[in-house]
Amino acid sequence: MTEAGWGAGAARATGCVLALFLVGAPIAVALGASGYILSVATRAAAFAIAAVSLQFVLGFGGMVSFGHAAMIGMGAYTVLAAAGADATWVLPLSAVMGAGFAALTGVVALRTRGVTFIMITLAFGQMAYFVAQALTVFGGDDGATLDGRSPLFGTPLLDGRFAFHALVVGNLVVLGLLLRGVALSRFGRALRAARQSEVRVTALGYDVFRIRLAAYAIGGAGGGMAGFWLANTSEFVSPAILDWRGSGTLLVMVILGSVGALGRSVDGRLIGAAAGATGLVVMEEALALVTPHGALLLGPAMVLLALAGRRV
Amino acid sequence: MTLLLVQLLNGLQLGVLLFLIAAGLTLVFGVLDVINLAHGVQYMAGAYLAVLGAQWTGSFWWGLLLAAVVSGGIGLGLNAAVFRPLRGRDHLDPVLATFGLTLLFEEGARTLFGPAPLGMALPPGLAGTVGLPGGLQYPVYRLALLGAGLGVAAVLWAVIERTRAGMLVRAAASDAPVLGALGVDVGRVFAGVLGAGGLLAGFAGAAAAPLISVEPGMGGNVLILAFVVVVVGGVGSVRGAFVAALLVGLCDTLGRGYATELLRAVLSPSAARMAGPALASMSIYVLMAGVLAWRPGGLAGGLAGGLAGGAAGGRA
Repeated sequence: MTEAGWGAGAARATGCVLALFLVGAPIAVALGASGYILSVATRAAAFAIAAVSLQFVLGFGGMVSFGHAAMIGMGAYTVLAAAGADATWVLPLSAVMGAGFAALTGVVALRTRGVTFIMITLAFGQMAYFVAQALTVFGGDDGATLDGRSPLFGTPLLDGRFAFHALVVGNLVVLGLLLRGVALSRFGRALRAARQSEVRVTALGYDVFRIRLAAYAIGGAGGGMAGFWLANTSEFVSPAILDWRGSGTLLVMVILGSVGALGRSVDGRLIGAAAGATGLVVMEEALALVTPHGALLLGPAMVLLALAGRRV
Repeated sequence: MTLLLVQLLNGLQLGVLLFLIAAGLTLVFGVLDVINLAHGVQYMAGAYLAVLGAQWTGSFWWGLLLAAVVSGGIGLGLNAAVFRPLRGRDHLDPVLATFGLTLLFEEGARTLFGPAPLGMALPPGLAGTVGLPGGLQYPVYRLALLGAGLGVAAVLWAVIERTRAGMLVRAAASDAPVLGALGVDVGRVFAGVLGAGGLLAGFAGAAAAPLISVEPGMGGNVLILAFVVVVVGGVGSVRGAFVAALLVGLCDTLGRGYATELLRAVLSPSAARMAGPALASMSIYVLMAGVLAWRPGGLAGGLAGGLAGGAAGGRA
């Protein structure tokens, strides 16, 4: 891995900036800054959880999934369905639901490649959206408000904004380390190799379909976790969380996190995806303060990013 | 029985509308091997242009023409601005660029015309209804839309199968580099495909405008339905897209009409009322999963002579 030297520096620098923001925000708020900063940082960390899991699917597995918002939705609706239940089992259940949806749809989607795979993941994401819209038990199109955040060990620990932020960031760090471990394992090496040459990995005796399916499900589990935190942050769940534009935004986060030297190492990609998510959330919030039409700037920025060229 | 006839007609009409949108998409996929997410906003732009054009000129028909021509122009612009510079890159770059354009166009429409839906009057000559056998009245415009869609499908088939331009498109779909090596300007074929795709999408948007609410987000939902059509039909196959569009249109309409009643046979009425709509909204995706389980390349995938049968399964 000659590229490791290049990637390591970029990954470390990005990681430092990211950590500074995620740790600095609560400190700044404790010292008297507006609580708004902390709420943005918490949301950013929750999206970062979704982004690192999508990076695992896209950057390591080579699967351009345009349906990651559906995994977030699975997690969020799990919180709504298990209203009031303890986080110690709702969080794992959210992950299982995300992984389950990914595994079920992945069985079909992974039969295809290239643009067809993109379209099918998009279509399954939209299916989840319409089903959520049709579920009148959960408020249909309007969604439903939670009675409060999930209790943790029977205590209202998640109600405190500092504790909540710390737990989201903690989940992000743990998930990042887990995904790193998996990516560097034998399984992860086969997964990354299959991205370069499916034929050669198959010739080595690996079942590429099963490896990819497992990776897709792992990504879904991360999405479900992100959904758990996002539902608890806003204490509100609606089909809007499953909108296909959300899946597109997540892809942009991952692409942002794979630019240049970041894309050259496992660490760089994972840290980059988290930083890309955080950067985009902060940018959207900052734009929203100035104008309600922020997409008029973000849209062309994405076009320029694509034209400028990057390698994922 | 008459109600079933109405549902069938509605389903077929949704089907031809989806075909008009999916035809352009599937050609772009088949020929350029890229995904055009901005196709949905071309449909949206067609609807807005039709509303505006009809207001300016006072005539539905001028609005329709304006919408089709300008949307075709948007397609050509898209080719020049995004797809030509991105040729040879991996799938993600066009996805990113056209996603950005989608956000830009949707926000642009919201900024210019507001988030509230616009309405459009039916053209005077087609505003009435006709009686169906059984006594129910059915709007003439919907029948005209169904007829126009079938007409466009026939023209498209003739162009692709019987003309030199169509031959070039088929050749570009099966192997663009070889076509280029034979001395054909492949870039012009690509531009033509994007222009024609935009024209069809704009026409579909304009034709649907009197029946739906014209709003910024209207392209997104239809776009994904069109993706389902493309996948079921087989990427790159116009013939497959036609069959798939009618299947998806019927499946969706009949599902919404009858899922609750069918479920009532096995579930309690209240449970059926709850599960019915959810099942109905899943029906076309279940159809898609079923077709893919049976034929991973879609209905036309792997059929000899199908347009770009190879493109669907390509890229091992």
